[in-house]
Amino acid sequence: MYLDIKYLWLIPALPLLAAGLIAVTRQPHRRFAAALAIGAMAISFILACFAFAGTLGRSSAATSFHETWNFNWFQIGENWFRLGWVLDPLAAVMLVMVTFVSLLIFIYSVGYMAHDENFTRFFCFLSLFAAAMLGVVIANNLLLLFMCWELVGLASYLLIGFWYQKPSAAAAAKKAFITTRIGDVVFFLGILWLYSQAGTLLFYDGGSGCLEQNALNELATRATIAGLAVSTGIGLLIFCGAIGKSGQVPLHVWLPDAMEGPTPVSALIHAATMVAAGVFLVARVYPLMSANGGEVSNWSPGIHVSALTVVAWVGAITAVFAACIAVAQTDIKRILAYSTVSQLGFMMLGLGVGGIAVGMFHLITHAFFKALLFLGAGSVIHGCHEEQDIRRMGGLKKYMPVTFATYAIGMMALSGVPLFFSGFWSKDGILEKAHEWSGSHWPATSSVLGVLFTPFHLGVFAALLTAFYMTRQVCYVFLGNYRANGHASAHAGEAHAGSNEPHESPRVMTWPLIILAAFAILLGFLGTPVWPWFQSYLNGIAPDFEFGRLFEGPVLFTLALSTFIVTAGVMLAWWLYGQKPIQSDEPDPLERIRPEIFGLLRRKFFIDEVYEVTVIRFNAWWARVCDGLDFWFWNGLVHAIGYLVVGLAWIDQVFDQFVINLGFDEGCKGAARGGKLLSRLQNGRVQDYLRVIGVALAVLVLVLIWGCRAS
Amino acid sequence: MQAAFAIIAALTLVSAIAAMSLRNLVHCALCLAVAFAGLAAMYLQLDAQFVGFAQVLVYIGAVAILVVFAILLTRSGQPVPHSVVSRSWIAGVAIAVLVFCVLTRVILSSSVSQRSLPAKPSPTVREIGNQLMTWYVLPLQVIGLLLTAATIGAVIIAMNERKSAGGDHRVTADQGHGHGHLAAPTGLNEGNATSIASETGSESPAHYPQPEREREVLAK
Amino acid sequence: MPLHYYLIFSALLFAVGLAGALTRRNAILVLVGIELMLNAANLNFIAFWRYSPDPNAIQGILFVIFSIAIAAAEAAVGLALIISIYRHYKTTNLEKMDSLKG
Repeated sequence: MYLDIKYLWLIPALPLLAAGLIAVTRQPHRRFAAALAIGAMAISFILACFAFAGTLGRSSAATSFHETWNFNWFQIGENWFRLGWVLDPLAAVMLVMVTFVSLLIFIYSVGYMAHDENFTRFFCFLSLFAAAMLGVVIANNLLLLFMCWELVGLASYLLIGFWYQKPSAAAAAKKAFITTRIGDVVFFLGILWLYSQAGTLLFYDGGSGCLEQNALNELATRATIAGLAVSTGIGLLIFCGAIGKSGQVPLHVWLPDAMEGPTPVSALIHAATMVAAGVFLVARVYPLMSANGGEVSNWSPGIHVSALTVVAWVGAITAVFAACIAVAQTDIKRILAYSTVSQLGFMMLGLGVGGIAVGMFHLITHAFFKALLFLGAGSVIHGCHEEQDIRRMGGLKKYMPVTFATYAIGMMALSGVPLFFSGFWSKDGILEKAHEWSGSHWPATSSVLGVLFTPFHLGVFAALLTAFYMTRQVCYVFLGNYRANGHASAHAGEAHAGSNEPHESPRVMTWPLIILAAFAILLGFLGTPVWPWFQSYLNGIAPDFEFGRLFEGPVLFTLALSTFIVTAGVMLAWWLYGQKPIQSDEPDPLERIRPEIFGLLRRKFFIDEVYEVTVIRFNAWWARVCDGLDFWFWNGLVHAIGYLVVGLAWIDQVFDQFVINLGFDEGCKGAARGGKLLSRLQNGRVQDYLRVIGVALAVLVLVLIWGCRAS
Repeated sequence: MQAAFAIIAALTLVSAIAAMSLRNLVHCALCLAVAFAGLAAMYLQLDAQFVGFAQVLVYIGAVAILVVFAILLTRSGQPVPHSVVSRSWIAGVAIAVLVFCVLTRVILSSSVSQRSLPAKPSPTVREIGNQLMTWYVLPLQVIGLLLTAATIGAVIIAMNERKSAGGDHRVTADQGHGHGHLAAPTGLNEGNATSIASETGSESPAHYPQPEREREVLAK
Repeated sequence: MPLHYYLIFSALLFAVGLAGALTRRNAILVLVGIELMLNAANLNFIAFWRYSPDPNAIQGILFVIFSIAIAAAEAAVGLALIISIYRHYKTTNLEKMDSLKG
């Protein structure tokens, strides 16, 4: 049974409907709200599976396959502006992933948010968020995608600021919203440019869409400033939207702060949906990004610069940058947040160097294990009485065995522990492609720095750091002794009364963890070099099983390299953190060794501070200037106009009072007097009337006489 | 001819002025009858014998008597303590003079007034009757209707507002009226019919106040 | 004997009737004045008939006959009105009958 393309809209519409219904549900109806959200999401998941199954059967076709359903929206001049949705392997994979992860997160939220009084509101926002994300996935029109994209932004704002009573949460929500807006403005410019150049925003439209060959050829050959092709320019502008949404450098600052939201939100935003939206966007417009104009885009001899080059570099830098910061963080969720940023960098790198399949494979695997890690972290936080600082945890292996087991699986998947974990295969694919990528060799001819400083090397370094910080985190959280007791007097009292021991989370929270853990392992086998089913599926070719591919030169090289790197990272971290139980009051081992670097990392390279002194201070200064201008100039002007109007009104009022009113009164009096005067004629005396008739007769006759004479 | 006209005109005018100016209303009514008679004579002089007799019958015989009855019924015969003319009588007279002057001006300036007297016509009563019954039959019917309406109207208007007073009289009066004016259209002679109608019209006010008067007398 | 003798006489009579109607306080005399004016008009009809080129056409006479009939009706209704008013107001003084004033 396949889902007809006509009914694809049902997938986002159901959560949207659920959101609308929950929005009008009263707060006490928790069970109803949760059931509605989960039910809608489950049906969406089933539909998404049908849609996915539909693409499976046809993906063996030689050319890439896009099923679209377009319709007219409104008319501009003689052209119809058309909207539509598309079903292709990319969308189908995302649909299944998003609906599935969302479903698990919804179920988990029932347990996590059980004590929150705004339970129904939370599910309303969650459903809205999921609906918007699904809309992004199936949109066949860049504008429709943008609308859903903005809805995603809105929903994330609402969710990050869900506990708006906390000033930090409200600030984080604003920060996320504004930061992503910066990217979105540029994104929108890209949309406009694309529309002006291609005349359509439909992706696939039977040969005339903007991502199809005709339009791409035209866009790629049209040059703009600095020798860039138009398609490259547009691609870069659109990529700016992805930078904002996916937390790439330099717009990554909102993402760690977004941890102020409830943990399921963090999981939803960071694992499955919002940040993935940026990666998905790049994958969606990949043909535009990769369109290479040949000669016109010659930037530097021998290298064709397309938008993908920028994507790869931004991704690589982000991966290392965020991984460095993650090393020194102490908040369990912040570590994961920076890890997410880092992994998104990996995805961008994969997209940039290896195409849709590589990046998307990492996106999918990451979605599962990062959702697993976030939900695991949520479980830890829940179990430790809302404690988020890893320095006050420790030894949780004893108290929370299920959480520990699943978290360890997630950690190993993220670190890329060889052979059995999905992260290994997806990351390995990226590194392999990066190694092959022509751009990696580009500066090699020029300098020694170029040899060491390529996307490939950055990726390797980031992978090392990933293994390191994840091991550190696990050591801190689950090994050693429970350290919160030292602060029992300070913290236990405000948590659950009685036992301040950590406790395992309820089943409704652990089951999603187990399911996600299973997927974190199993998904990897869909995209190994031996049987690259996932990549083949996305590229529309039949997968083949060949064991020998594992031992080809570059593949084996990267496999060995990443195995070595992961081992090195884990061992290093173990050597530093795992040897003996960490004491709660002693500083971080790394801090003892190199305090200045650690401080730098702890403070996130001072990016926030830099923004504080540059962007924000300038903004504040400019705001003050504007305020001054407003106060002294516009205010004065407005006041002057106001006084002018008041003066005019006063004159008008005087005029009104003394001219119009009095005039009117006088007029009325005159009319009354005239009436009184005339009413004397009507005195009721017959003889007076008769007299008038007599006079009138005489006058009439006289008039007739003179009238006759005159004529 | 001219002497006769002068005498008749003078008589008529003097009696008309007297009718309009005497204090005693009964005298006024009598002078009015004289003026009507003078006019009837003038009609005769103008060879309109039928009209002259109709004038005598209707005006002198009916209207003048009616006026006398009205004067008596409203007790206007007694002398009034105040002036008989209204306060602005000078204005009334001036207007009358003005109208007269204007009319005279018109008459004198018209060429019609210089017309000479044609040969004496000889309209017979038969001819008038024929005309009335043939060519003028519709106006005749309308006049009959008008007289009927006027008669009934006069009766109703003059009827006593108090219901208890003279109920029987009213019934008989109604019957009398109905009879009287049923005869009017049947009569060949319009003058006769008119006179009957006038008589009944003159009767109607006469019937009602009488019981009232008797009652007042009795009350005294 | 020219026509305008009659016409001027009729105008005089009309003026007398008008003067009476305009000046007398008694409603009955006002009615009498109106009757006089009507008679003056009737006289005009007869005079014009008599002096018309074809006096054998008797429209003038018939007109006067109808006029007399109407005058009779008018007199009857008018006097009935006066009697009715008198019964109501106990007066025939026209100057006191001004309840129709504006």
